[in-house]
Amino acid sequence: MLIEQLINGLTLGSIYAIVALGFTLVFGVLGIINMAHGEIFMFGAFIGVMITAMFDAPLWVAFGASILITAILGFFLETFALRPLRNKPGVSHLAPLISTIGVSIFLENLSHHLFGSGNKPFEAPFAQVSFQVGSITVYLVQIVIFVISIILMVALSIWLGKTKAGKALRATAENLETASLLGVDTKRIITMTVIIASAIGGIAGILVGMAFNSVNPQMGLSMGLKGLAIIILGGMGNVRGAMAGGLILGLAETFVVVYGDSGYKDAIAFLAIIVILLIRPQGLFGKKITT
Amino acid sequence: MLKVNGINAFYGKIQVLKDISLEVEEGSIVTILGANGAGKTTTMKTISGLLKPQQGNIKFLGEDVTGLRPDQKVKKGIALVPEGRQILAGMTVLENLEMGAYHRKDNEIDQDLERMFERFPILKEREKQLGGTLSGGQQQMLAIARAIMSRPKLLLLDEPSMGLAPLVVADIFKIIKEINQTGTTVLLVEQNARQALKVSDYGYVLETGKIVADGKADQLLNDPRIMEAYLGRKSS
Ligand SMILES: Nc1ncnc2c1ncn2[C@@H]1O[C@H](COP(=O)(O)OP(=O)(O)O)[C@@H](O)[C@H]1O
Ligand SMILES: [Mg+2]
Repeated sequence: MLIEQLINGLTLGSIYAIVALGFTLVFGVLGIINMAHGEIFMFGAFIGVMITAMFDAPLWVAFGASILITAILGFFLETFALRPLRNKPGVSHLAPLISTIGVSIFLENLSHHLFGSGNKPFEAPFAQVSFQVGSITVYLVQIVIFVISIILMVALSIWLGKTKAGKALRATAENLETASLLGVDTKRIITMTVIIASAIGGIAGILVGMAFNSVNPQMGLSMGLKGLAIIILGGMGNVRGAMAGGLILGLAETFVVVYGDSGYKDAIAFLAIIVILLIRPQGLFGKKITT
Repeated sequence: MLKVNGINAFYGKIQVLKDISLEVEEGSIVTILGANGAGKTTTMKTISGLLKPQQGNIKFLGEDVTGLRPDQKVKKGIALVPEGRQILAGMTVLENLEMGAYHRKDNEIDQDLERMFERFPILKEREKQLGGTLSGGQQQMLAIARAIMSRPKLLLLDEPSMGLAPLVVADIFKIIKEINQTGTTVLLVEQNARQALKVSDYGYVLETGKIVADGKADQLLNDPRIMEAYLGRKSS
């Protein structure tokens, strides 16, 4: 029982971590909260549904399509909603935030038109496959979600830590002017960051579809708020903080449902924010993009 | 090598540089002197591309580079060690140095790294430490070494001696001299006038955004009017 819940919590938590990574990368580099990230994530989920349900394509094709579409959405977000507001005299610091809220509303409405409102079922081909380990039941889909999340987190950490582009991203996140003085084309790094964050959101969308067996146009908002809670918890702009924060929240929610009152499940994230802001306003891990 | 022609630069509506013209000859060390708020940093920002001048132009090796971004100017061979050093505090010493070579595509980067570590053994010792953990003097060495990693033709140094202990300051000026002897042209901004002029070939004096005097370094050093007005208090 405990082990099963632990597995449930880790599965959920690894998805939360992936969602939070998208927020934290953009915050780290641009210093803004991307309120459209949840809706980009939701789009990724719907693309996954369309590809698997309508075209009967295998899961990896769904991932590919979702990554592609959300990457394009990220590119548009940066090009049309964020860049025009950057470094313009007289533009409020809040303008990019408002702009991303506008994009999120647009995307949610667009998804109503494109995909219809209400729930769409999402069936991974192996949704019912499970193993019995002693008295514990483990679903294959949980393992797949967990493994994909871990691979993604490890890959991102290695990329940020070891590659030239990853280092340029961290330098830009730390100080845009300094990075540009060192020869980094910061405009390109910013665009790249928003695209990567969005594509990670797209992957998260499919993982959530797999975990909950359905997707709907409102899932962006609730997941977005949780992603936000996690980066406040882990430290805004901190990659490790997003990963740890996601796992902590996933485990906490799961155990509240089991040992407490499921009605409070969704309150956990926000309770955690309040507590963290009171005792450690910089978050558990501080504010730098480190590896 | 570098020719700045009549630049005017603004922060918003406030004009900070008024018709600045200056010249840096290849192989030389040139110093810009001036009190706090005179516009020295703004001049360096304009030359390095962080700030675009409203009027005037900047020529580097005969080419107009006025409107280029900082990363484009690094590729042309202009590197700035900014005021306050601007070490990437969350990245290691080694990563800071690697970032200096960001634009390079040749295969001599490792070789240059070794050379930096030889020249600055303290950086080798602290290779894996975060930049933010270094002392002020070590950060200045790292900032200079990082800029050299880009293999600049022209090195801009904005108050490299600021906030450092006298012994460290002497060390920094020695390093500047050495860098110049290996063929790098240097444009230096300093308040530490006497020491700066001693290593320099030529000097400009900046006052509220205007150049009010210029001349050979030893001429400025021996000009009682200038020494008293701009250099007197800071020189001891
Ligand atoms: N970012 C800025 N915005 C507005 N005014 C500035 C800014 N930076 C500097 N200034 C003003 O421009 C003038 C020149 O500054 P600066 O170039 O930094 O001088 P220095 O480096 O010689 O001390 C000063 O009056 C300063 O207050
Ligand atoms: Mg200054």
